[in-house]
Amino acid sequence: MAQCSVVQGETQRQQADKRLEYAKFRRAMTLVVTAVSMTPLLLLSAVLYFNYHAVYESKVIDHLEAVVERHALAIDEFLFERRQNVHMQVDSYPYEQLRDETLLYDRLRKMQSNYSNDYVDLGLVDENGLQMAYAGPFRLLQADYGTAEWFRQAIAEERYISDVFSGMRGAPHFIVTAQGHRTDGRAFVLRATIDFAHFNERVRHIRMGTTGLAFLINRHGEFQTGLRPDEIVDREALARIIGINFAEGVPVHLEKTNAQNQAMIYVAYPLKIKDWILVFQQDKHDAFEHLYSAQLISVSVLLLGGLAIIGTALALIRRMVQRISVAEQDQEVLQKQVVETGKLAAIGELAAGIAHEINNPLAIMVEHAGWIGDLMKAENTAAMKGYPEMDNSLREIEIQGRRCKEITHKLLSFARRTDSRVQETQLNDLIEEVIEVSAQKARYGNTTINLELDPALPVVRISPTEMQQVLLNLVNNAIDAMNKEAGAITIRTRSEDAWAVIEVEDNGQGIPEANMARIFEPFYTTKPVGKGTGLGLSICYGIIDKSGGTINVSSTVGVGTTFTVRLPVLPAVPAAPAVEA
Amino acid sequence: MSMAKILLIDDEASFLEVLSKRLETRNLTIATALSGEAGLKILAKDHAVDVVILDVKMPGLDGIETLQMIKKNFPLVEVVMLTGHATVETAIEGMKLGAFDYLMKPCDIDLLVQKVQEAKEKKIKHEEKIVQAQMKEITGRMA
Repeated sequence: MAQCSVVQGETQRQQADKRLEYAKFRRAMTLVVTAVSMTPLLLLSAVLYFNYHAVYESKVIDHLEAVVERHALAIDEFLFERRQNVHMQVDSYPYEQLRDETLLYDRLRKMQSNYSNDYVDLGLVDENGLQMAYAGPFRLLQADYGTAEWFRQAIAEERYISDVFSGMRGAPHFIVTAQGHRTDGRAFVLRATIDFAHFNERVRHIRMGTTGLAFLINRHGEFQTGLRPDEIVDREALARIIGINFAEGVPVHLEKTNAQNQAMIYVAYPLKIKDWILVFQQDKHDAFEHLYSAQLISVSVLLLGGLAIIGTALALIRRMVQRISVAEQDQEVLQKQVVETGKLAAIGELAAGIAHEINNPLAIMVEHAGWIGDLMKAENTAAMKGYPEMDNSLREIEIQGRRCKEITHKLLSFARRTDSRVQETQLNDLIEEVIEVSAQKARYGNTTINLELDPALPVVRISPTEMQQVLLNLVNNAIDAMNKEAGAITIRTRSEDAWAVIEVEDNGQGIPEANMARIFEPFYTTKPVGKGTGLGLSICYGIIDKSGGTINVSSTVGVGTTFTVRLPVLPAVPAAPAVEA
Repeated sequence: MSMAKILLIDDEASFLEVLSKRLETRNLTIATALSGEAGLKILAKDHAVDVVILDVKMPGLDGIETLQMIKKNFPLVEVVMLTGHATVETAIEGMKLGAFDYLMKPCDIDLLVQKVQEAKEKKIKHEEKIVQAQMKEITGRMA
C-alpha cells in the first residue's frame, strides 16, 4: 500500500506540473487576448471621449454665450428705449413747460402707460443740481443733487444712465437722464427713475438648469442686480471678469473653482448702452449634466464590455486549454501505444530469433541421442548391466527435446504475428495461445487458469496481434491482482446476440470503488514505480473501442474482478457503443 | 540393396553427420552437402539420387532457392523440406514449388524415413509413367 501511495504521489506531482504549465499558458493567452481586444476599445473610447467632450463643451458654452448675448441685447434695447423716452421729453418740451408739475405728471403717466411701469418718477433738475419740478410718489421737490455723482455726469452728457444706488429714497434704483438747454443756454437735466424691482426681474429671469443665474455688475464689480441670499458669487471671478478687455459684441467665458471647491462657468457680455457687464454663472456640473450622464453611461458600457470580453476570453481559453490537454493526453497515449506495440514486435522478433537458433542445436542433440539409440540396438544389450537405465535416459533426452521443440514452436508462432491487420479471428484459439504464454507466470504466482470456452463461438473481425495484447494484459493484470495462496483465473467465452463475449474473472483483491472510475484512464496505475506504465487497460480500451466493442469491469474488494469484453460478431458494427464502466 | 539414394543438404555439419549415419543404418544410401550450391553439384554428377532432404534456412542459396533450382534442373528428384521455423507459409511455398512434403526440426527419424520412402515410391511411379509413355510413343510409332 505504501508503494501505491508513492506511485500516486509521483503521478500527482506530474499532474500538478502539467496543471501549472497549462495555468501559465492560460494566463499568457488571457493576457494576449484581453490586451488585443481591449486596446482598440480603450483607444477608441478615449478618442471618442475627448472629442465628444470637447465638442459638447464648446456647444454648451456656445449655447450659453448665445443666450447671454440675446439677453444682453434685450437689456441694451430696454435701456436704449428708456433713454430715448426721457430724451424725447426734453426734445419735445422746453424747460419752462417741464417745470409745470402737471405736465410732468401727465408725461409720467403717459410714459408708464405707453412703455412700462418701470418708470417710478420724473424730475427736472437745474444746472446746480436742484430739483425744480418733480412728479412721483416721493417728496423730492427742491432736492439738491448738486453733490451727487450721477448729477455731475448727467449735466456733462447728453444722455446718461446711472449705476444702481439707494440715494435719498433709501431704496435701490437707477436713473436715466437727458440733458437739455434753456433759452438762455443754461443746461438742465430731466431724470427718470427706473423701478429697480422690475429691472431686476428682467435680468433674474435668465435662468438655466438648477444653478444657472445671471446678474449685472458695473466696471468696479459692484452688483447692479440683486441676488438671493443662497446665491453665492465668487468675488475673485468677478475681479477677473472686470479685468477682461472686452472686444465689441463678443461674449467671454471662463472657468473657475470657487471657495466651495465647485467648478463654475462664467459667461460675461458687456452691454453697449451702459458700461455694465451681464454675467451668467452656472455650476459646471449642472451645465454639463448631460455630458456627465453620457460619460457615466459610456464608462459603464466600457467597463461591462471589458468585463464581458475578459470573461469570454477566460471561458474560451479555459475550454481551449482543456481541449488541448485532452488532445495532448490522447496523443501521448497513442505514442505510448505505438511504442508498446513496437516493443512487442521487437520482442517477438527477438524471441523468434532465439527460438530458431536454439532449434538447430536441439535438433542435433536429439539426432545424436537417436544415433546412440540406433547404435545400442546393434549391440548385445542384454550383456550390459546399465542398459535399461541408459535406454531410459535416451528416451528422456528425446522427450525433453520434443518439449523444447514445442516451446520454441509456440514462441515462434506467437511472435510471428506483429501486424495489426484486421482479420477474421477465432477468439478461442487466441485465448489458448495466450494462456500457453502466460501459464508459466501464473504457475509462479500459484494461480491456476481455467478455460470455459464456448466451442460454437463465432469469429470476429479484429487484429489477432492487438487482441492478443488485450488478452495478455487482462490475464497478466489478473495474475498480478492475486495476493493469496490459491488464485484462480477463469476465462469464459460465449456468444450473446450479435456479440462474442470474453470474461476474464479472477478471485484477487478486487478494485476499490474509488479507483473504478479511473482504471481505463491512461497512466493510472497502482503498481509500484517501474512495474506498470498505467497504459495496459487504456490500450485495451482503445483496441476494443476501435474494433466496435466494449470493455466493462465489475469488482468486489476481497472477492475478485471480472473484465467483460464484447466484440461484434460479423458483420462488424462500425460505430462503437458507449462504455458503461 | 539400398532402399533409396538420399542427398542431405544442411549447413550444420554435425547434424549432417549424425543424420546420415542414422539413415544409413536404415538401409538408405546417403550423400551430403553443406550448402545448396554443393548439393546441386552433386545432383549434376550423381543421377542416382532419388530424394533430397533439404534444410530451409541456410546461408548462401536458401532452401526455397535450392528447391527451385532442383525442380528446374532435376524435375524427377523428390524433395522433403526440413524446417526449423514453424512457418506454415514457407512450407506452403515449398509445396507449391514442388516439394514432396515438409517436416519440422527436430524430427522423428522414423517419420523421416517414412516420408523418404513415400517420396521414393512417388518417384518410381512417376518414372514408370514416363517409361510407359515412352513405350506408348514407341509402339504408336511402330503401328
